Amino acid sequence: MKVLAIDTSNQPMSVAVTENMILESELTVNVKRNHSLQLMPAIEQVLEHASTSIKDIDKIVVAGGPGSYTGLRIGVTTAKSLAWSLDLPIVQVSSLKLTAASLLYMDGYVSPFFDARRGNVFTGLYKVSKGSVEQIIPDQNLSMQDWISKLNEREHPITFISPNADAFKEEIAAQFQLDYQYIEHTLNIPRAGMLASIGVNQDADSVHLIAPNYHRLVEAEAKWLEQQKEE
Amino acid sequence: MKKTNEIILAIETSCDETAVAVIQGGNKILSNVVATQMEIHQKFGGVVPEVASRHHMEQITLVMEQALEEAKVTMEQIDAVAVTKGPGLVGALLVGVNAAKAIAFAHQKPLIAVHHIAGHIYANRFQAEFDFPLLSLVVSGGHSELIVMDEHGSYDIIGETRDDAAGEAYDKVAKALKLPYPGGPQIDRLAQQGEDTYNFPRAWLQDSYDFSFSGLKTAVINQLHKLRQKDQTIDQENIAASFQSSVMEVLVEKTYQAATAYEVKQLIVAGGVSANKELRERMEEKFKDSSIQVMIPPLYLCTDNAAMIGAAASIQYHQEDFADLSLNANPGFML
Repeated sequence: MKVLAIDTSNQPMSVAVTENMILESELTVNVKRNHSLQLMPAIEQVLEHASTSIKDIDKIVVAGGPGSYTGLRIGVTTAKSLAWSLDLPIVQVSSLKLTAASLLYMDGYVSPFFDARRGNVFTGLYKVSKGSVEQIIPDQNLSMQDWISKLNEREHPITFISPNADAFKEEIAAQFQLDYQYIEHTLNIPRAGMLASIGVNQDADSVHLIAPNYHRLVEAEAKWLEQQKEE
Repeated sequence: MKKTNEIILAIETSCDETAVAVIQGGNKILSNVVATQMEIHQKFGGVVPEVASRHHMEQITLVMEQALEEAKVTMEQIDAVAVTKGPGLVGALLVGVNAAKAIAFAHQKPLIAVHHIAGHIYANRFQAEFDFPLLSLVVSGGHSELIVMDEHGSYDIIGETRDDAAGEAYDKVAKALKLPYPGGPQIDRLAQQGEDTYNFPRAWLQDSYDFSFSGLKTAVINQLHKLRQKDQTIDQENIAASFQSSVMEVLVEKTYQAATAYEVKQLIVAGGVSANKELRERMEEKFKDSSIQVMIPPLYLCTDNAAMIGAAASIQYHQEDFADLSLNANPGFML
């Protein structure tokens, strides 16, 4: 089975083609550039390196959030439009799970996180061991301070990993009370080859229903809901 | 690659309508699907860009599927994929652009990047063939422009708004009158029952085809403040009629002057405000004794739709004006 995997959840962009779990071609870029400009040419290039036509792809896997709203929409719109027009199964994988999966062969608890600005993060807790990654606390959006307090209660070491280089490094050092590791570059950059391997055996989602998991309401919607409650 | 009766799949997501159409030969609509988000944005009193982008994302493949089904064509029969590149809301545009690139790549079809305003102008090509030179008045929530065209695909902007677009002034005045969003149709409806009693200012901007509507908008809002402070009842109908009369007089007069000066053969009225009843009537009245043919699209082609994008794309298809896979949305795209 040939898989095309796409991640544009944050600043890094990664595209890969795998066949039967074996990586054939992968392109990962981590510079501040425009995903909308680069994604489609990257897909074309990755397929070319794998000597594969888009028509030979059997399944599409996309990192479906959380992350940058615009980045997510570029990746998910592209993946979903390809899947729809070629009638291919499509699978959506948590962008945080993908980030944690870089540490698949470690044994322990991983907190992947993305900077969500103003002291907030998108994060969750995952357990990795012997090549598998399992979710322990669901992906969510909260302040890093609250997240660290939550993790402090768990009383086990944590490995922090984020594609936002050095993000919250000082806060973690100051506030996290147990043993921890902070994964430095370059293992912190999510890779689409990994995305393909964690998504390949997942059941397909309905293509029309695929949408990013933003894990945060639009501010105007949140305000409106608040007003409804008051009235 | 070129053929005369080409079939184009066109996508438009520049604001709050997710629209996909299938157009044959530039002037035949095989399907024209519009999923509007108007009700969703109504509760916010205007379009919230992030909300619009999220909804486009949820709708896009459904709307593409419906457009193909209604047109009874398959992707294989499509000769090109067209999409609005801009101007518009960047997050909204990006959904259409990335969907278009993906399906064009998947089926190895040429990709065409269309200017939203060119689309509004070409909405008229479903009515009659263009006869150059022509003048187009484009009036919508984001635009008030007078454009001269000497041939297909050539646009000379001879006048534009210096501040608010006409539709924008409508929305702001409607808000001040506490009318629900979108305000344009509400004001038009009220104006039909009122009279121009307030005589609001008309911004003529001597020796220019430019427009200005923010002074008028402010005059209306000030008037409303005064009335409210004095606890006087507000005659919504007369306020609406007076405001609309001021907008229309300037739009119609300037358009007439430009059409005469540039000796055009046709006048095209385009954009959301061309749905306004009074504008349609006044424009037809003004040009009734002239040899200039006035073209105003039917109502369903005035507001944002993808049929118009397909019509504009047809010209680009024959000019072999194609985009590559690095196509990006451009919220400030110039004609």
